[in-house]
Amino acid sequence: MTDWRSVTELSRALASGSCSSMELTRHFLERSARFAGRLNAWITVDEAGALAAAQAADRRRAHGEVLGPLDGIPLAHKDIFCTKGLLTTCGSRMLANFKAPYDATVVARLAAQGMVLLGKTNMDEFAMGSSNETSYFGPVRNPWDEGRVPGGSSGGSAAVVAAGLAPVATGTDTGGSVRQPAALCGISGLKPTYGRVSRYGMIAFASSLDQAGIMARSAADIALLLQVIAGLDERDATSATAAVPDYMAHLEHPLAGLRVGVVDEFFGPGMDGRVAAVVEQATAILGNLGLRCTSAHLRELHLALPTYYILAPAEASSNLARYDGVRYGYRCAEAHSLYELYARSRSEGFGPEVKRRILIGTYVLSRGYYDAFYLQAQRARHLIAADFHHAFEQADILLGPTAPETAFALGAKTADPLAMYQSDINTIPVNLAGLPAISIPCGEVDGLPVGLQLIGRPFSEELLLAVAHRFQQATDYHRRLPEAFS
Amino acid sequence: MSWEAVIGLEVHVRLATASKLFSGAASSYGAPPNATACAVDMGLPGVLPVPNREAIAMAIRFGLALGARIDRQSVFARKHYFYPDLPKGYQISQYEQPIVADGVLLIEGDQGERPITVVRAHLEEDAGKSLHEGLGGASGVDLNRAGTPLLEVVSGPEMHSAAEAGHYLRKLHTLVRWLGICDGNMQEGSFRCDANVSVRRVGATVLGTRSEIKNLNSFRFVEKAIAYEIERQIAVLESGGRVEQETRLFDPARGETRRMRGKEEAMDYRYFPDPDLLPVVIDEAWIEAIRETMPELPDARRARLEASYGLPRAQAALLTSDKDLADYFEAVLAVQPAVPPALAANWVTGEVLALHRGQGAPLVAPARLATLLARLEQGVISRLAAKEILEVLWQQCQQGEPPEDCDTLIDRLGLRQVRDDAVLHELVEAIITANPQQVAEYRQGKDRLLGYFVGQAMKRSAGRGDPKRLGELFAARLAAAPAGE
Repeated sequence: MTDWRSVTELSRALASGSCSSMELTRHFLERSARFAGRLNAWITVDEAGALAAAQAADRRRAHGEVLGPLDGIPLAHKDIFCTKGLLTTCGSRMLANFKAPYDATVVARLAAQGMVLLGKTNMDEFAMGSSNETSYFGPVRNPWDEGRVPGGSSGGSAAVVAAGLAPVATGTDTGGSVRQPAALCGISGLKPTYGRVSRYGMIAFASSLDQAGIMARSAADIALLLQVIAGLDERDATSATAAVPDYMAHLEHPLAGLRVGVVDEFFGPGMDGRVAAVVEQATAILGNLGLRCTSAHLRELHLALPTYYILAPAEASSNLARYDGVRYGYRCAEAHSLYELYARSRSEGFGPEVKRRILIGTYVLSRGYYDAFYLQAQRARHLIAADFHHAFEQADILLGPTAPETAFALGAKTADPLAMYQSDINTIPVNLAGLPAISIPCGEVDGLPVGLQLIGRPFSEELLLAVAHRFQQATDYHRRLPEAFS
Repeated sequence: MSWEAVIGLEVHVRLATASKLFSGAASSYGAPPNATACAVDMGLPGVLPVPNREAIAMAIRFGLALGARIDRQSVFARKHYFYPDLPKGYQISQYEQPIVADGVLLIEGDQGERPITVVRAHLEEDAGKSLHEGLGGASGVDLNRAGTPLLEVVSGPEMHSAAEAGHYLRKLHTLVRWLGICDGNMQEGSFRCDANVSVRRVGATVLGTRSEIKNLNSFRFVEKAIAYEIERQIAVLESGGRVEQETRLFDPARGETRRMRGKEEAMDYRYFPDPDLLPVVIDEAWIEAIRETMPELPDARRARLEASYGLPRAQAALLTSDKDLADYFEAVLAVQPAVPPALAANWVTGEVLALHRGQGAPLVAPARLATLLARLEQGVISRLAAKEILEVLWQQCQQGEPPEDCDTLIDRLGLRQVRDDAVLHELVEAIITANPQQVAEYRQGKDRLLGYFVGQAMKRSAGRGDPKRLGELFAARLAAAPAGE
């Protein structure tokens, strides 16, 4: 069972009785144990919990009480989602010992469908990073080339799915943290519309941008899980009331005549020409499937990166104020005053990238700077959203490369934060506008996967999934496995 | 040249909601430490605030009572500072767009009634409490209070004396309890006040440098602290000094204010709109629904009590200092319309209040007081007897016993007034016999001894004699020739 298996296929296998949840769970646990040292993709593997959950799933099946198509299917959660009784570290020394007393809504909803939690995946500290190198638990390695990064911040989730250590995983996306690692690891990753999925229990980075997503082998698998996690949650005041469509049913909807806008500005300076060529080929494939591809523009795109690097750190500096060493998390030894307790707990508990963003965020919210930075960035954010709105008058979906290049070498950008931030140049504007977007594998450059990003109007996930699904029916990029793990 | 004080007050009104401002935890006082602090109140990773509609409704209610502007959209903002009792490292408050603005509260000023502007009232969550005692030298944090809803009510700098500030505060205190949005308990911190005080030359138009006084948890402290601070600032200015902009703490033990921190230490709270919360949108229908439930307000009710019952203004004001008291008074009259309103008002603001000394409705049911006052008015019992019966009823209520029927009690205690002239005559004769000296003096013109004789007769009859009739009988008897003496 080392070949490519989607959740959809595993679900069918469980239903037919050709394998049990225990067998599936053991299979992924064994692979995880075998490759753990090489990828460093897990922070916690909950073997006992997974086996118990699998046994319960098999028992339900034996009694004809199957909860649904996901019952008994293993999964991984990014270590940013609170899981009752398990460590939830957020990739930080600050929370290295933190056990949440409650489940995030996403965790609870998937568990209620009988999914088997294998463990928690490595990530950039507090989701701040594009290479998974800011994790307190060390970098994750890309299964396609272990000398390269998996992308970030959901690098662990991308790596476990790409390497077949878990069939599907959750991620979170604040500026590209689901889509960019999905692209760099050759899997499918969806960032839903802001508000589509509850943020309750998902440790906050930048609240107005954060959104939970699914990282999977196929668009169809994403549809299966999105169906469960999408929808109103009364514990999240920003969660949307919009009705949740039947994503699986929409996968087969006719797409002929659909207008696809290829965004010129997504192929800007810094774009690897070979990546661009792969994306152009993919565009041609969509054209062959009956979609009408035209050129489109997002003229304010150049504002996205500076806007994001004011707003996201501003919110982060506030969201991370609660980590003070008083109630939970890391506390420095031998503090002699309250001030020292705060200063040292935070200095020792946070890594350099997190500190950089807290400093930037604190600065831009300070008296005298707020108007020039924070308010100005909010205005720019409105311009970017309006830009997308105009583009969607001419197109039903927008398209471009997810990332400007394929996976880069470990350490290549750690000394240059601005170069690192450029990795998310095509994903960040989508978060600023609150739109849904998916990244799917669409080819390779030098044996490394390339991601195609499709962006939709608010709450049009079913359309994005349908286009991605059709593309995956016509291609096999998403079925490729890194040789070392096949 | 004389000085003028300028005072503005910031009052934190704890809203009497069932649950907290942003979580479902109970918003109550007095539970064991951290018993009513849930994951949201503790600021655990991943938790999110959800606004409490009941608290918003209470803020609207308050705004309507002040004739204020209720903004159709208001915004929650984060106010940042580090302190162990502030679990998130920020307080969720309202900054640029408060829910209530530009209201008016009428106060009894030094020169008569006048309006004081309520500049704004905004919703915010309370912090927890740090504990430093009984923990073996360590400090603890109790987060029960964290997240309880506060309405911060900010007045304009429009009051000019400690007395005016005290009056504003009492009016506000009455109003929030009247509206049912706050229990008003100052000891438990349900109603807390900070005062901004400055002084300037009379006639000056620019405000002087102000100080902010904190820790004022009773009306008396507010007045004392302000009076002290005005004197202090005048003394500073008159000695050629300058008042510094600073935060000062009132020390009740010494009756003075002292410096806590200066302007240069003022914190930068880095306010920004809370991205976890959407703007609070209030539609017309919601406001109208709340408007329909608004009670008659204290000022209107006071005016009505004056007009309808002919009560003096001060007494009407006292009755309307508490809605339960005003309701109680009118309930007494509703049960026994024959009781003169002045009599009922005197008893409610006199005997009943003296026994009651607290908030909420008095213990003895209004119907019982009404019967009692009716019997008094009918002359069935004396004033003294009525007082005694009220005290018995009060005690029975206090001890949780079923109070006795008023008429039963009159008979059981033998307090029915004696009105039989034959019996009263005997009494008069007995008193005259026992007091020859006083009788002689009376006859020599010392008229006021009549009251003494009546008092003696009342005493001998255990309060049952009709004092009015007794007075008549004594006067007649002593005016006649001394018989058989």
